[in-house]
Amino acid sequence: MRRSRGLALLLPAVVALTVLFVLPQILMFEVSLGRRSAHGGVVHEWSGANYVRAAEPLYAQIFGRSLVLALATTLICLAVGYPMAYWLARRVPRRWRGALLVLVILPFWTSFLVRMYAWMFILRRDGVLNAALSAIGLPGLDLLYTDAGVLLGQVYGELPFMILPLYVSLERLDQTVLDAAADLGASPAAVFRRVVLPMTAPGALAGSLLVFVPSLGAYLAPDLLGGARTAYIGNLVQTQFAVARDIPFGAALSFVLLLLVAATLVLARRPLPGASSAGGQQ
Amino acid sequence: MRGALSFEAVSRSYGRTAALRQVSLDVRPGEFLTLLGPSGCGKTTLLRLAAGFEPPDAGRVLISGRDVTGVPAYRRPVNTVFQHYALFPHRTVAANVAFGLEMAGLPRSEIASRVARVLETVRLSDLGDRGIDQLSGGQKQRVALARAIVLEPEVLLLDEPMSALDRKLRREMQVEMKHLHERLGTTFLFVTHDQEEALAMSDRVAVMSDGRIEQVGPPEEIYERPRTRFVAEFLAVRNLWPATIGVVALGAAAVTTDAGLAFDALDDGAFASGERVWVGIRPERLSLDGAGANRLAGVLEDEVYLGDSTHWRVKVAGETVIVAEGMLAPSRRRGDVVTVTFAPEAVLRLLDSPGAR
Repeated sequence: MRRSRGLALLLPAVVALTVLFVLPQILMFEVSLGRRSAHGGVVHEWSGANYVRAAEPLYAQIFGRSLVLALATTLICLAVGYPMAYWLARRVPRRWRGALLVLVILPFWTSFLVRMYAWMFILRRDGVLNAALSAIGLPGLDLLYTDAGVLLGQVYGELPFMILPLYVSLERLDQTVLDAAADLGASPAAVFRRVVLPMTAPGALAGSLLVFVPSLGAYLAPDLLGGARTAYIGNLVQTQFAVARDIPFGAALSFVLLLLVAATLVLARRPLPGASSAGGQQ
Repeated sequence: MRGALSFEAVSRSYGRTAALRQVSLDVRPGEFLTLLGPSGCGKTTLLRLAAGFEPPDAGRVLISGRDVTGVPAYRRPVNTVFQHYALFPHRTVAANVAFGLEMAGLPRSEIASRVARVLETVRLSDLGDRGIDQLSGGQKQRVALARAIVLEPEVLLLDEPMSALDRKLRREMQVEMKHLHERLGTTFLFVTHDQEEALAMSDRVAVMSDGRIEQVGPPEEIYERPRTRFVAEFLAVRNLWPATIGVVALGAAAVTTDAGLAFDALDDGAFASGERVWVGIRPERLSLDGAGANRLAGVLEDEVYLGDSTHWRVKVAGETVIVAEGMLAPSRRRGDVVTVTFAPEAVLRLLDSPGAR
């Protein structure tokens, strides 16, 4: 009785996910097994040919580039976001924290697309950045339509997703536990390394996943700041659907991407060394 | 001098609130000294100054004769048992205890043997591999204790370590804590708001109120001869009255309370004729229709049955007197006329504390 009522609470979500997510995924998977017709339609003759093709060096290389982009984005976001979250959660007076957190999520108030166009305006050869550089006598930078430009846009876009979970875990950190570490002879650096870092590792992991997963399939930043070359998976998939009109191959590429994301999540479920209760005398 | 802890006129304020007002206190080497007082009296702040978690605004802190006022917590030869234990949730029991030894850079084998030995001391040998969230409150308490004593501090600081334990466990831990103190010989500075705890464990008790130390002394002295109105009130002297002293002669002082209650107090030389003082009498030093030179007629107003005693409220000449009697007297009823009796020795002469209301 109680159990069935509990399931009833789940019903709306189950229905919505089935209709809007699971069924389309099944249809897409079926399409990925077919092949392209002469006119860009789908011929429903099942084979694994599209998946074999996805493993060809040309495409494998693009998957590799996407992995590197996602990894670099995650690491830079972690390096930039951790100190910022630490400052927000443990250094800023409490009454300012709310306002500063709003600033962190303020970019979400405008469309990501608009913000990417703004970055184009900043990064292009006669843009804001180069005007500023030349004003102080430095040589200009050609960042637009480079991988560095893509990485910059990606880091910019994903940074809040790193800061927020880190902020939560740092804010929750009990000051008396840090006092206890100092009391037991740990210098400020040792307190950070031996207590703060391991205790906030779950937050860092959550933030890293939130950044890594969407970065893997990034589309807008590579498209606008990378110069619309099909250098990353997101653009490759888009090209298959919209330009090459090879819908089955595009579908197969999406499923390979899905597999990569799933593999990442499975890896992340393993406890971090030092974050578990067994993290004793390393 | 090893193990001595001295505060020299330390002050500390938070904004406009003064937490400590020029407090001086000497804790002797090897002593078990308890800071007793209500919340907000400054006892925890004093402890935190000793640990080095915060600096005094003025004054000095000395440990084993050395001025440590500007020395950070991690370089002080003291360790703390925290109120809510403050254990490391990402470490096992053994790894929690090992933390300080690791920080001291001791070799692995020595760390292992010292951890094993101290876990035995607090009777947790079997739980070394447990995670912190798998422990009961009492076990966490022991881990916190083990973690602090394994470093053999010159002074052990304990910040209400038993306040989160249930009553029965608290009694057991009190006995254990006292034995531990005797065995280690380390100086203990213990903070509590529980008077029974303070009296049961300490060599000396310092009663604090409003950022000041009201009285320091052995438990018997604090209990039997409270010096101020605040100490008396905090240690359950329920009958407290402002009074005027009349004739002082032949070892007796005539006391008249503001509401008109008149009785004799034993004069130990402190009373002066005509002075205004506060007087106090413990309920258990009064009896109904018993012996004693002071005999006051009154009417029974109310009773509170407490199991091992009964508290009677007796209206005597405009004052309400609370009398504790060991045995239940079934024949008495509300409205009965009784005589409240007590010896002149039972009357305490008290100074009005600046912090008391």
